[in-house]
Amino acid sequence: MGFKNYCFKKSLWVFHFGGASCNNCDIEILDCLTPRHDLERFGILLVGSIRHADVLLVNGSINRRDKDRLIELYNQAPKPLLVVAIGACGCTGGIFAEGNTFAGPVDKIIPVNAYIPGCPPKPEAIIAGIVKLVGTI
Amino acid sequence: MSRKTLIPIGPYHPLQEEPELFKLYCDGEIVKDIKWETGYNHRGIEKLSESKTYDQVFFLVERICGICSTSHPFAFANAVEEIAEIEITNRAKYIRSIIGELERIHSHLLWVGLAGHFLGYNTVFMWAWKYREPILDLFEMITGNRNSYAMFKVGGVRRDIENNKIPVILGTLSDFRKKADLLTGAVMDDPVIHARTKGVGILTLQDVIDYGAVGPTARASGLAIDVRKDDPYAAYPLVNWKVITAQAGDVFAKAEVRLLEMYESISIIEQCLDGLKKEKEGDITVKVKEIPEGIGNGRAEAPRGEVFHFVMSDGSNSPVRHKIRAPSYVNIATFKKSCIGQTIADATISLAAVDPCYCCTERMAVAYDINSGNRIMNAEELINLSVKKTYEIKDSV
Repeated sequence: MGFKNYCFKKSLWVFHFGGASCNNCDIEILDCLTPRHDLERFGILLVGSIRHADVLLVNGSINRRDKDRLIELYNQAPKPLLVVAIGACGCTGGIFAEGNTFAGPVDKIIPVNAYIPGCPPKPEAIIAGIVKLVGTI
Repeated sequence: MSRKTLIPIGPYHPLQEEPELFKLYCDGEIVKDIKWETGYNHRGIEKLSESKTYDQVFFLVERICGICSTSHPFAFANAVEEIAEIEITNRAKYIRSIIGELERIHSHLLWVGLAGHFLGYNTVFMWAWKYREPILDLFEMITGNRNSYAMFKVGGVRRDIENNKIPVILGTLSDFRKKADLLTGAVMDDPVIHARTKGVGILTLQDVIDYGAVGPTARASGLAIDVRKDDPYAAYPLVNWKVITAQAGDVFAKAEVRLLEMYESISIIEQCLDGLKKEKEGDITVKVKEIPEGIGNGRAEAPRGEVFHFVMSDGSNSPVRHKIRAPSYVNIATFKKSCIGQTIADATISLAAVDPCYCCTERMAVAYDINSGNRIMNAEELINLSVKKTYEIKDSV
């Protein structure tokens, strides 16, 4: 384990990017931070700027207008960066994959480290996914 | 011409349900003008809908908005049932209304929580979201999923609420009523919340009529507009309830309307459950042979206002035209009235007051000076500005 990966062991700071989503995954991500699930006890914190983040959570299908912005955010982020695709739309495009504005699932645009499927995934599933991801480092 | 600073909010910003770009033109700290851009969340749903069968469209419209994921199927079902002239059973009507009202409770709680967060009251945020969990548990018990319930279909509902589940629902609701009292008391009696929200972002009755606002945004300005009363559907004509209105039109009135509506929703659900006991168990759908040629309009009252669906059928198994109008579309235009003349710190809560469902907290918003191009502040700093103002008021009270 290199020094950079060692830093991932504690206090993951998370930036949340919602593409063209239906909002369900957004609420469930926020729900992880509220009293019942309380992700902050693991040091996981939602931050307002990608430049502070260790993890980029992407949910929702990515449309043509979001695509460039997602790439820009990825380039702005300090590396190493873990990218997590959340929800059916983030993983594959889901029900919107046939849409005329669909620009490809997240892993066709930026490299993805983990997938959390579900429509929407339950907060428990999101926590389990992040814990598994940390375990692989 | 005086120098103006441009503050873009978005496209990836907490305030908006969909990623949208708001540009605040400021002179000093006062907002002088506001413009907005949309399209970041365009998914081509109306076009996709034309390629799906009537049964599949329900799963699609449910995913227009995850928080109103009953309202859109509700309106679509109303539209298709108008074309096919289907009268659903009473049991199905009650179940539809119960799901619709549970959704209203969880959506209003979500709003109260996030409004608290923006004012620097994270306690309200945590409380409201904690009390929301039992409602989501009810959804999980009834429908199998916490959001996106997949309960509706043409001619009825997909799943029954068995009679043995009724006491569980009633128990949870009576527990919730106590917690709602606590939360309402905390919000309504707090002097700092009064100072931050009263007289902020005022919409007069005339503004609301001019801009065609709907839902709690309009009701907080004294316009008693509610599709459940104006164009009754499902079980709403069968139960007793009243439309909540307030007169002031400011952010506080909007919060008041939403908090009091939760009590109406509880009462509607309780009456629907009473009605449910009298109907035969399992009698939840009527047989639908085919959808004839025709045009249907469906309306439903979402937590944010009126949802409108227009469906045109040519007699085949999928719609040939499907037009959707969501409540935020009209409500967003009222920012032109509510935000101009406010300070930037108050603009945050004024934008939030319409409930454009800003559940995606902490995204990108960076302010640039329009002349020099220098970065001024991001979303966090904007929120901090709002929080700071609250603390200042708190100290002075």
